[in-house]
Amino acid sequence: MSDFFSITTSILFHGLAMAMVLYLISVGLSVTMGLMGFVNLAHGAFAMAGGYTLVILMKQQNLPFGVALLAAIVICVVLSLILERLLYRRLYGGDELDQVLMTMGLIFASVGAATFLFGPVSQSLEPPAMLRGQINVLGREFPTYRSFLILCGALLVTALWLGLERTRFGAQIRASVDNLRMAQTLGINTSQLFTVAFALGSGLAALGGGLGADFLNVGPNYALEYLVYFLIVVAVGGLGSIRGPFVAALIVGVSDTAFKYLAPQYGAFFIYAITMAILLWRPRGLFGQSA
Amino acid sequence: MAPALETKSLVKRFGALAVANDINFTLERGARHALIGPNGAGKTSFVNLVTGVLTPSSGDIHLAGESITALSRAQRVKRGLVRTFQISALFKKLTVLENVTLAIAERVGAANDLWRPAGHHRDIIEEAYDLLVPLGLADEALRPVTELAYGRQRMIEIAMALALKPKVLLLDEPAAGVPPRETGAIIETIERLPADIAVLFIEHDMELVFRVAQRITVLVQGAVLVEGTPAEIAEDPKVRQVYLGESKH
Amino acid sequence: MTDLSSRDLLGDRKAVIDAFARRHRFKWYEAIPWLAAIACYFLFESYHALGAQIFATILFALSLDLLIGFAGIVTLGHAAFFGVGAYAAGVMAANGWHEPLSEVLVAAIVAAGVGFASGLIVLRTAGLTLLMQTLVVAALLQELANKWSSVTGGSDGLLGMKIDPIFGLFRFDLFGDTAYVYCLAVLFIGWLIARNIVYSSFGRSLTGIRENTNRMHAIGAPVDRRKLVIYTISAALAGVSGALIAQTTALVGLNTLALSKSGELIIMLVIGGIGRLYGAFIGVPLYMIAQDRFSQIDPIYWYFWIGLFMIFVVVFARGGVLGVFERFNQRRRSR
Repeated sequence: MSDFFSITTSILFHGLAMAMVLYLISVGLSVTMGLMGFVNLAHGAFAMAGGYTLVILMKQQNLPFGVALLAAIVICVVLSLILERLLYRRLYGGDELDQVLMTMGLIFASVGAATFLFGPVSQSLEPPAMLRGQINVLGREFPTYRSFLILCGALLVTALWLGLERTRFGAQIRASVDNLRMAQTLGINTSQLFTVAFALGSGLAALGGGLGADFLNVGPNYALEYLVYFLIVVAVGGLGSIRGPFVAALIVGVSDTAFKYLAPQYGAFFIYAITMAILLWRPRGLFGQSA
Repeated sequence: MAPALETKSLVKRFGALAVANDINFTLERGARHALIGPNGAGKTSFVNLVTGVLTPSSGDIHLAGESITALSRAQRVKRGLVRTFQISALFKKLTVLENVTLAIAERVGAANDLWRPAGHHRDIIEEAYDLLVPLGLADEALRPVTELAYGRQRMIEIAMALALKPKVLLLDEPAAGVPPRETGAIIETIERLPADIAVLFIEHDMELVFRVAQRITVLVQGAVLVEGTPAEIAEDPKVRQVYLGESKH
Repeated sequence: MTDLSSRDLLGDRKAVIDAFARRHRFKWYEAIPWLAAIACYFLFESYHALGAQIFATILFALSLDLLIGFAGIVTLGHAAFFGVGAYAAGVMAANGWHEPLSEVLVAAIVAAGVGFASGLIVLRTAGLTLLMQTLVVAALLQELANKWSSVTGGSDGLLGMKIDPIFGLFRFDLFGDTAYVYCLAVLFIGWLIARNIVYSSFGRSLTGIRENTNRMHAIGAPVDRRKLVIYTISAALAGVSGALIAQTTALVGLNTLALSKSGELIIMLVIGGIGRLYGAFIGVPLYMIAQDRFSQIDPIYWYFWIGLFMIFVVVFARGGVLGVFERFNQRRRSR
């Protein structure tokens, strides 16, 4: 019995940590999808860029964890703004197929660029000394870094939700996701809004990619390899939803951990099966707007 | 004989909002019937309910006396219930002739033919072409729809609907967005529609409504406000209030 | 498709109908790929193995074009059917059934079955959800192939395949001479099928679905059923392509089911031109020959440049090689 309890706790703990990472990375994708209907398959590339920047800055420049993380976010936001101006902007409101093709091209370019810059081997994150080892919570040992991850994630998610609910910017985003044309007639500068949301989403992705480097290995194939997870979180959560992806990330994180722990011989098989089942039941996702 | 189209206590709710609130509506055979009402009255929702785009929360829809409430969109079309769209919904990159042949191919069931080239169904192409002639579209048969003026595109909408040999034709704002000098042609086309087709049209252009309609139904907030002949509607104080009220802002 | 806008036809009933009814007839330029393929057999004798791969991949890309280019079904998981076909043929060949043509047939049937079953589920959605679901189907099958190693060989790949001579006469040789002709012949049959479908009334209705799904509903088309039919057919063709690759390389690995496989295929198709039936015949050889050249020089750069090229094509050269060619042609004509 205590064994069962211990296993359950462990699965919930690690599942929650993974959910935080998945959510931070995917929420931006959900917002850009909901705002402009833009299918940005290359979203994961920003997470990868965040992961690489963090690891490299810490290893080669010996920057402290916090500073390196902040730098990673800033660099990714700038990168995303450049790409948004240069490429994404041209395809707003255009053909879904063109968006898929262009962002697919970006994924492949990111694979090549990462291999060229950092080599084919994936990079591992060395957490700072104070985040290594285990900490004791209520008489049980938990890995410090992942506890930190959960705490960080919880704070960020709260801040994000409060921000979207309480600020003017948040209200504009919600209004535009709800009804873009209406928002435009109300005088909201949706083009500018989208740029900011895109940058914010990329920044969060970079943060998630950096923090989550010990779940999702930072290697050149990152954007390709984990694309399925990001898409699952967004589609199962419901396009354009802010909270839906969180629930979806929880489902994916916890069940992925559970199955890999309890039935490793089946790998990711069940995650995919569950995903298909949920969408068979609710084609627009758990929190998607119904027709 | 049962009326061409009938809705019985038709209700559609989105949460607290009722876009159709207990609508009892009858379209007689061969009717020229207009559905009018202020913006947001639920006119297009009504068309969407009748054609099966939306599923009603409750109520029943009858076509020539038979319930079609449970039928799919395609099945309703097969039974002769055909609509046009408020904003032209054509196959823009395809030619005018192709647009109409697609509709005919569906009607006669040729579109399930995987093997024979479409060109071998010559009867379909001929029928499509002959349909374009009286609408004045024959000269543009081989041009992509995008190259045509908007008024002409509205005519293709009607041509595609006619290609399906409708018994009941729902025209959703046939003259919307058409410059005034081109509305005349559209009014004429609607007037010349075969007499055995029951036509229900939604329209804001009152000139068109009062010229063509034999009966008018006024819809307000998802419910029927009043129904009558054009003369009765023109004199009805409730209708005047609705329209004057609307014109205030 | 054919350019029908020649103004001199206007107004003449018979001429207009004739022009419209003749669109499916074979045009002279449609012979070019086949003549080129025959010529290449004699010109590049040491590249027959690569040629066979190219033909099989063209068939794969052609099957994808039916979905993306004609029916407007954007998928990220087309490799699922390619992989299923490859494994079906491979597992047969490794377990005592060595006759190649029947293997291809079984591969087509199995892939069609998987296409039909998954199509029932995934085609109910659209957009990003559809992309995700097609991707998940492929990932699910890949995981299945990975874990079911007693049959599939798992991550080591399926080895020990043995293929009999075709018709008992033509043995698969080391130089790929037989494979070249074999793959070309199967591609030709696949192309005939695809071409016929595209020009049929059914094929035209698919174009209608791509252009405006709502309107197709409104003219009474059973849209979901049409999509399912083409999805199944496309899966079968992709399965055949997978079987060809398995037979001619005597190797099937997990990468046949991977997202990168689907992604690369999309890139090849985009380079040639989507929705034009011949995009596959241009994009695939260009991609595979360039890959064969450049990868020998520096494989690391390959993905980077191909990705950049893809972005360039989408943003600046819409419609790929054929699209650019068409625009050039139009401009020349209008002068």
